[in-house]
Amino acid sequence: MNAHNSVSRRALLTGGLAGGFLLAFHLPLRAAVNEPVQPPDTTDGKFTPNAFIRIDPDGMTTLVMPQVEMGQGIYTAVSMILAEELDGDWSKVRLLHAPANEKLYGNPIFIIQATGGSTSVRAFWKPLREAGASARAMLVQTAATQWGVDPLSCTTSKGVVTHKESGRMLTYGALAAAASGQTPPKDVPLKDPKDFVYIGRPFKRLDTPDKVNGKAVYGIDAIVPDMKFATLAQCPVFGGKVGKVDDRAAKKIPGVRKIVVLDDLVAVVGDHMWAAKKGLDALVIEWNEGPNAKINSKAIWDDLRAASAKDGVVAKSTGDIAKGLASGEKLEASFELPFLAHATMEPLNATVHCKPDSCEIWTGTQIMARVQSEAAKAAGLPIEKVIVNNHLLGGGFGRKLEPDMVVAAVRIAKQVDGPVKVVWTREEDIQHDVYRPVYRDTIAATLSDGRIVGWKYRIAGAAIIARWLPPAFQKGIDIDAIDSATDVPYDIPNVHVEYVRAEPPAVPTGFWRGVGPNNNVFAVECFIDELARKAGKDPVEFRRGMLAQQPRFLSVLNLAAEKANWGQQLPARVGRGVCLQPSFGSFIATVVEAEVDEQGEINLRRATSVVDTGIAVNPDTIVAQVEGGLIFGLTAALYGEITIDKGRVQQSNFNDYRMLRINQTPKIEVHVVKSGEAPGGIGETGTTAGPPALRNAIYAATGVALRRLPLDRKLLAAGKKA
Amino acid sequence: MATTLIINGETKSFEAPPDMPLLWVLRDILGMTGTKFGCGIAQCGACTVHVDGKAVRSCVLPVGAVTNRAVTTIEHVGSTPAGAKVQKAWLDAEVIQCGYCQSGQIMSAAALLAATPHPDDSDIDAAMAGNICRCGTYVRIREAIKQAANGRQS
Repeated sequence: MNAHNSVSRRALLTGGLAGGFLLAFHLPLRAAVNEPVQPPDTTDGKFTPNAFIRIDPDGMTTLVMPQVEMGQGIYTAVSMILAEELDGDWSKVRLLHAPANEKLYGNPIFIIQATGGSTSVRAFWKPLREAGASARAMLVQTAATQWGVDPLSCTTSKGVVTHKESGRMLTYGALAAAASGQTPPKDVPLKDPKDFVYIGRPFKRLDTPDKVNGKAVYGIDAIVPDMKFATLAQCPVFGGKVGKVDDRAAKKIPGVRKIVVLDDLVAVVGDHMWAAKKGLDALVIEWNEGPNAKINSKAIWDDLRAASAKDGVVAKSTGDIAKGLASGEKLEASFELPFLAHATMEPLNATVHCKPDSCEIWTGTQIMARVQSEAAKAAGLPIEKVIVNNHLLGGGFGRKLEPDMVVAAVRIAKQVDGPVKVVWTREEDIQHDVYRPVYRDTIAATLSDGRIVGWKYRIAGAAIIARWLPPAFQKGIDIDAIDSATDVPYDIPNVHVEYVRAEPPAVPTGFWRGVGPNNNVFAVECFIDELARKAGKDPVEFRRGMLAQQPRFLSVLNLAAEKANWGQQLPARVGRGVCLQPSFGSFIATVVEAEVDEQGEINLRRATSVVDTGIAVNPDTIVAQVEGGLIFGLTAALYGEITIDKGRVQQSNFNDYRMLRINQTPKIEVHVVKSGEAPGGIGETGTTAGPPALRNAIYAATGVALRRLPLDRKLLAAGKKA
Repeated sequence: MATTLIINGETKSFEAPPDMPLLWVLRDILGMTGTKFGCGIAQCGACTVHVDGKAVRSCVLPVGAVTNRAVTTIEHVGSTPAGAKVQKAWLDAEVIQCGYCQSGQIMSAAALLAATPHPDDSDIDAAMAGNICRCGTYVRIREAIKQAANGRQS
């Protein structure tokens, strides 16, 4: 495959943007995602039946990737789905990053052209199968017409149409020119899953060979002739402005070419990053910090706690909550989650060439079309004058669902003659993130005869959706913030869920891998363990008793318990914790085994996940995503916290915003259950599962019921009790 | 003043201040972008290259300190026996997700295997703990190093 080939975006695809967000969240998209790339062109001999597939006369098949590759393996999964229904030749597949074009490549779940929320396979499963099947039908029809036979008497395999009776065969390449004039048929039948030849088998990823030898090109690797290099400083206080800049020392540094001073940031442009960085360090900048300089974490938490004491907007109500809470033994607890930075391994960057009448951008983003439109605004140009070249992403995790880095780079590039690569230092990346918001969740529940009879759950936190996808923010409810709170799998007769919108002052907040479910699954699953203890029941047994109507959950829970040796004796201060989650359309049970030493330090011993994600397109990728997701979540549970003092972020790099390392990584086993159900999401599931399962393991090992992340070791030293 | 380095067996001359980290020479002067910037303070290992066969963090290594020494980068590590084994094992075990840290992971693993052909878990921990992977591929990194050491086929 050739992942570099984003340059062909102009040649291959052109088209306008759809006007804004048209439909409500979670509605199937209009048929537009399956529109032809361009009017059928019968002159070049190429067959371009839709936005995703092009077949050249030599049989080379180009697949256009509507979702971006940030490590989750989606380029391979998308290719497998297309090739499956197309019956294409896997050896002749070439991949292209999709250009900015919301109409063609909008995500059917979000409507906008975005990769996130573990939606890629769920959203594109049907449109891609239809695209492949319709292209196949056109090729078969073309062959059948040439041969004068019934299309139903023809078969296809690996890029060849065969008429069995007569033994005649034609390759897709040979049919391309003739097929190109056809109108795509409607309602083409899709394969019976039992006939799948690609889907469900472990396929080697298409993007990885270039990642072992330095050839893969990420946004930060873009090389544009004659480009300069820049790095920037934004006001350390959120919302602050540039006051005075003394650039005398910086200008003397060899290789420094220009100092760009904007109202809210300063950038140094040089011959290379080192000159830019030394130049930036040599600047003396006085900031006008503004009112946010008074903000600190304590005040933010005080505000959030006060907000979470108030009634919220009702997101779900079943049974009679007043009655439910009035009967039996009552337990109440609050759970708190901190701000988190994304810290993608590839620091934020964008290379931009602004000219008076056009702007070209090289970057890696999860939101192609939005980057294009926001860049156009920043450049003061019409959208069609802005070209965005997308690249492989060195991690996304939601950070690149925001366009701010590209907007800043465009504003800097407007002051520079020629192209400029703007690279954030790690410190700038961590201190100017769009953070996972703080959340506080309070649950009150009642137990009667060892069963939960009342469940009142209140979530308090920022409404990211209100900013990011306004049409989906309705009646005061952030559908992401309540995700996995309103569909708790347990059989509880009286349930009440409400949401309090509480925006932290000044700190920008956004999506972070695992999104809403991270928050809700943590609170719910931790609290379930506390209820189990109160009821005197084993945590797995307690859950089982509430899952009679939930065979898929029950089955993954039972298998996880078995694989993790649940119930077998463990040494002192070692525990197992379980987490069951309904998130992202998948059914997952996870058991973490951990040891807490006498000082309270936590040692991860083992993690076991059982995953029912419906049809597993590329099973090994599913295993890999859950393995990696668990580590991402466990990292946050052990270390993740961004704190604010004097309006600024206190962490700056991997020395004080720590990551789990290989020597701390437990043994991880992931079991994928065979299923014929529609595919679920997977990329974020492990992240959601890790923290509650670990916390419950610690609860089992020590009896201490931690209710905040990151897990506070000080509370875990020997002798401490809940 | 021109600086001369031996990179991947080739002599390269270029203008650079002696305190400029090798990372930026590779990426921004020589256009060799396989070596990655991650943190700039030797905390993450994304920038790992070999100098005289040893794994070093190029983000804090002044170019003036490696004049006339043999530098190997990810672009060329496949021509060493250990590097080739590691690259193959990485693909066989399907280690990679986003891949951004993997240049550094592979360079650290190749240096480990060149020095310690049959590493145990603690050798792997010691050699690889300086390399952060945000995608969390550590379980497979460990497995792939063992595969590479054993010459096992997947």
